[in-house]
Amino acid sequence: MAIDAAVSAPVIALAGNPNVGKSTIFNCLTGMHQHTGNWPGKTVAGAEGRHYFGGREWRIVDLPGTYSISAHSAEEKIARDYLCFAKPSAVIVVCDATCLERNLNLVLQIREITPNIVVCVNLLDEAAKKQIILDLPELSRLLGLPVVGASARAGRGVKELMEQASALSGADAGTAVGTAAETAAAGAFAAGVTTDASAPARHCCRLTYPRPIEEAINSLLPFLEGLAPALPRRWLALQLLDKDGSFLESLARSAALDIGTMPELARQLDQLHNQLAQAGYHCCRLRDEITAAGVRQAEIIAAKVVRHIREDSHRRDRLIDNWLTGRFTGMPLMLALLALVFWITIVGANYPSAALSNLFFALESSLARLLSAAPPWLSSLLIEGVYRTLTWVVSVMLPPMAIFFPLFTLLEDAGYLPRVAFNLDHYFQKCGACGKQALTMCMGFGCNAAGVTGCRIIDSPRERLIAILTNSLVPCNGRFPTLIAIITMFFTVQFSMSAGGSLSLTLLLTAFILLGILMTFLSSAFLSNTLLKGIPSSFALELPPYRRPQFRQVVVRSVFDRTLFVLGRAILAAAPAGFIIWFLANINTGGQTLLAHFTGFLDPAGRLLGLDGVILMAFILGFPANEIVVPLIIMMYGAGASLAEADSLLTLKTLLLDNGWTWVTALCTMVFCLFHFPCATTFLTIKKETQSWRWALLAFFLPTAIGIGFCLLINGFAHLIL
Amino acid sequence: MDNHKENQITQLSRLLPGCRGLVRSSALQGSMRRRLQDLGLVEGTLVRCLHQGPGGNPMAYDIRGAVIALRKEDAQHILIEREGRLWQ
Repeated sequence: MAIDAAVSAPVIALAGNPNVGKSTIFNCLTGMHQHTGNWPGKTVAGAEGRHYFGGREWRIVDLPGTYSISAHSAEEKIARDYLCFAKPSAVIVVCDATCLERNLNLVLQIREITPNIVVCVNLLDEAAKKQIILDLPELSRLLGLPVVGASARAGRGVKELMEQASALSGADAGTAVGTAAETAAAGAFAAGVTTDASAPARHCCRLTYPRPIEEAINSLLPFLEGLAPALPRRWLALQLLDKDGSFLESLARSAALDIGTMPELARQLDQLHNQLAQAGYHCCRLRDEITAAGVRQAEIIAAKVVRHIREDSHRRDRLIDNWLTGRFTGMPLMLALLALVFWITIVGANYPSAALSNLFFALESSLARLLSAAPPWLSSLLIEGVYRTLTWVVSVMLPPMAIFFPLFTLLEDAGYLPRVAFNLDHYFQKCGACGKQALTMCMGFGCNAAGVTGCRIIDSPRERLIAILTNSLVPCNGRFPTLIAIITMFFTVQFSMSAGGSLSLTLLLTAFILLGILMTFLSSAFLSNTLLKGIPSSFALELPPYRRPQFRQVVVRSVFDRTLFVLGRAILAAAPAGFIIWFLANINTGGQTLLAHFTGFLDPAGRLLGLDGVILMAFILGFPANEIVVPLIIMMYGAGASLAEADSLLTLKTLLLDNGWTWVTALCTMVFCLFHFPCATTFLTIKKETQSWRWALLAFFLPTAIGIGFCLLINGFAHLIL
Repeated sequence: MDNHKENQITQLSRLLPGCRGLVRSSALQGSMRRRLQDLGLVEGTLVRCLHQGPGGNPMAYDIRGAVIALRKEDAQHILIEREGRLWQ
């Protein structure tokens, strides 16, 4: 991530623990739509936007969520380096009001680096529901920092936050503090601003360490005179004593301060380390004490500021967890929830799908009339080549996507995804992988490219690679409708959408998804026993509090940002593919169309897999976007022959049956749709994330090989019994 | 079982759901040690075991008001003193 603070507009950075609402505040300020969700690690790279406040422009930087700035993971390193070396004008440290103590540790750590902090105690509404009372003025006094209470999801407290942050940056300080004082008077415990930060208080509560460490810091300070002037010397001394390798690297790179070239400093450091070791503070204990100092001070402050009215404030969450992640109930409920989501998607998508296809069919005749003046080849190209592909994509793809994605996002928003990771961790561990892979796998249901990027939340490089390579084994939003359409046509009892039909459809789809998940486990186990050998690393995952999903925002955002995005991509890919196929089908060489040459060439391979040349060709041409595979199949079958009405499933089934489809073809097409090479976007994302063509190619061939294997088996078996 | 003193100190992974214990020491190494410290799991922290996951692993713990899932393989390296025997 390249965020550079040295460009004109002053920068306000948003830091904080994972999942405390930084992205929500960021979206509130910038009007942007960073994807938000209730699970730690959702923002894996920083985001940047702009906000106008107080008559000027501000750059707002959303840092990845971190528990500390001691940089054990890539995100923490990004956050720490940004805070140390990019020098934002102000840092807003966002805290979760329902879990203040843990969050204060980070505030205390960042306070050692920069004094320009506004503490934002977010999620006050959640805290109020849990009957947790916070004394924000006291918190401000104890920390010596301005504190703003907020409920960012309802938009409360965001303006006050900007007032405080801009006041810190030195711009129009007077007015901002004035307004702040008024707000503070209005309600101390509500979303208000508290600035009891009197000047002397700023020093009284800095972190203190056991005496030998304090002495070592003091004796190091004279050596740091003039070095890295932007960093507080006391903090710098502590980092040097801590011998934090990644920090020394960043220091050398960003502040041109290389300890290796300073023999005097190095000698002093060695001597101090020896002294500390003699006093019992060898390397590991030194670190323990440094971390513990922050944790203990946070504990002291929280004890004075937080009051729980009920003894068990999180009782509701524990109750839900006992069911959703329980030893015996966790898995069945997860499967039931998965099936429920599919059932709602299938039943709900049926009606708008039919309505859309009727509408498009009616429009086609008016379009044909409109084009009657044009040359026949042009109207044929536009109607048969482009219009039908597009309308098929829209009428069959849009409704399931527009239902599935919001449902999925609601679960995500409520905080269910980390529970999935919790439930599945045991199995991932057995496969030598990380439980967080469940999170990236779930993201893959939305979009495999997003899932691959999300793999950054996995710290171990080995386990991260496993997660990336296996991500395409679960179907993305663009592949669901294809699966649903084929199951509907070939595998339901009745074609009409009866209760029995939709139920068997749901069960079959769920079984298919479970097959994808099973193959994810098996491939992960395979990879960790062959190419990516190693033992599972340690695992610590936070299960955040459940939150009531924001229905309206979730629906609006997931329809507009995700569904329309995927659909737009499908249309962009479908139009040129439609052109190509139309031309191939209309150019004759050697008594055959070019299309027939190509599909004829692929036909033997296709037949072997239980498919045919056309289906294989459609998958290859569908590389830019998986959504267009079925429309391409229709076009290629329909090319030449006149096709009355390709957009209803009944006529589509007739068309497919006329072209020799059996239930074996349908099953093999579904299996190949589930397991084949990732789409172009995902492929390039894998290349970007792994920095290697070799891994990208493996990610290309692994699912393809699985698909080919399954198809050969199914086809061979079918030949034996039929 | 025979030695009362030893019985008080046990591995975090042996803490049963609903029980609490004070962290005494951690034998974890490297980044996991620090990660748990950053989550507030330092000496003297009161930890409550909440529930077991499907398959018996991982376990969910209440650490300073947050729910953290840990595998048994990691939790066994953390020694705790069971609550309830603290005053005996």
